[in-house]
Amino acid sequence: MTTGTRAVADELQEILLNHEKDRTQLLPILVDINKYFGHIDSNAIIEVSRYTGVPIGEIHGVITFYSFLGQKKRGRFVIRLCRTISCDIAGKDQIVRVLEKELGIHFGETTDDGVFSLEYTNCIGMCDNPPAMLINDKVYGGLTPERVVDILDSFKLSEYQDMFGYGGVE
Amino acid sequence: MKNEKKKILFGEFVTGAGLARALEMGAGKVVDEVKASKLRGRGGAGFPTGLKWELTAKQESDEKFVICNADEGEPGTFKDRLLLMEQPEKILEGMAIAGFAIGAARGFVYLRGEYIYLRKILEDAIVSMTERNFLGKNIQDSDFSFDVEIFLGAGAYVCGEEFALISSMNGYRGEPRNKPPYPSEVGFRDKPTVVNNVETLCYVPYIVTKGSEWFKEHGTQASTGTKLFSVSGDVKHPGVYELELGITVNQLLTEVSGEGAKSVQVGGASGLNVAEKDFDKPICFEGLPPGGSIIVFNHKRDMLHVLKNFMEFFVEESCGQCTPCREGNYRLLEGVKMLEKGECSVRYLKELEALCDVMKDSAKCGLGQTSPNAFLSIVENFKTEILYR
Repeated sequence: MTTGTRAVADELQEILLNHEKDRTQLLPILVDINKYFGHIDSNAIIEVSRYTGVPIGEIHGVITFYSFLGQKKRGRFVIRLCRTISCDIAGKDQIVRVLEKELGIHFGETTDDGVFSLEYTNCIGMCDNPPAMLINDKVYGGLTPERVVDILDSFKLSEYQDMFGYGGVE
Repeated sequence: MKNEKKKILFGEFVTGAGLARALEMGAGKVVDEVKASKLRGRGGAGFPTGLKWELTAKQESDEKFVICNADEGEPGTFKDRLLLMEQPEKILEGMAIAGFAIGAARGFVYLRGEYIYLRKILEDAIVSMTERNFLGKNIQDSDFSFDVEIFLGAGAYVCGEEFALISSMNGYRGEPRNKPPYPSEVGFRDKPTVVNNVETLCYVPYIVTKGSEWFKEHGTQASTGTKLFSVSGDVKHPGVYELELGITVNQLLTEVSGEGAKSVQVGGASGLNVAEKDFDKPICFEGLPPGGSIIVFNHKRDMLHVLKNFMEFFVEESCGQCTPCREGNYRLLEGVKMLEKGECSVRYLKELEALCDVMKDSAKCGLGQTSPNAFLSIVENFKTEILYR
């Protein structure tokens, strides 16, 4: 899905119009676009530049600065496993193996059906209940292999497709 | 909140009492009281809060801002998560009092993207407090109006640094900059801005109602008050503990059932690794770094593995703007990998230690100035273990 098609362009405009035409709104705009479309493509960058007046190159600089923003399309559900020390010594490696085996992809990859992406993240402040991960806007602590499998099963696409305001299946 | 002895933050609290008292006292007296309490920033850097407010209050400007720094990213820290989840009204009240003290009408909570699930709790608290007129127009029939909005981050540790946070809000890369000018002069939208940590703001309503003398009964002379400690790693009862500043590592370990530790990482990845021989040292601004992150390691833990984890963290989170931090952390990680393979000579290790000193002296912000701490302290404490593998 590129933001160049008409329906999508309307949705993009709607996101922009929710924000003031001001540079301080740049990050909130980018966060919203990234959330809605799963990434920020070059067409969206041009539109954001037109709207805010911030040069394209600087927008690119801002996007690449933040680990949650990306120009490459991620899966509908982005799994971010914490790899910092408290989670690491609490058995993170075992969770890595379970996630990779169950989804059939490695960290840094997205499943072929575009549903799940696997990423590492730095400390997410769940050190009292490790190992922990984020899936989109939700946090999961105290992970065990069994629990990870249950969590993945609960993310059946049909049930969740509207939850994150994500525009339909490709 | 784990310990039973409720000290300050988890004691009794009535929303609005601090704010009402502040409105009675007047802005000048509020600043004086916070100054007198010697409250220092709880994010880790420890700048005196009252002084920060005074400097911002003095500025002549049509607009000023209060920012609550909820970009809690230091490895091993999660006390702000608990406050945001359980005590959002206390945070917002602290912000309103800060706004009243410095003459600001708008505040922002800079919430790290990783904590997006706490957004709803904060939003609800803002609505509820506005309905009860603790926020909004003419608060409690005074001339003071104050609104709070949430600003969401997008995954960048360095944005916890106040200059980086402001750059991020201003629509730029979240990179620190040289100082001065300080945010008290040039901050959000280039206007005078106060940036306070979540926990710092939570002490404010208490200081205003109970007074600075009461607050100073806690802690040490240079580090007044209590502190929330986020305890994780090899302990029986991980969690958030409110303890007096000045507590020794030993006392803390007893409190959290972490006896028999090999070493304790005090203050997070950017803090210090403390070995058993130093467990009698106090945690406070004049002692071991009081950022509040406590990660306990038992005797089975490989300290080189721990160090590698920290250095990978810094290599990834360095913003890359200044050379000492960008290249320095990379070289330190490379050194750790050499140590892993048993390929690092004592001579080269000394060079790396000298590099650490250069980074401390010349990096632009706190990230690069403190990232060598883990390297230096772990190498010093466990030289035999890591050098001869």
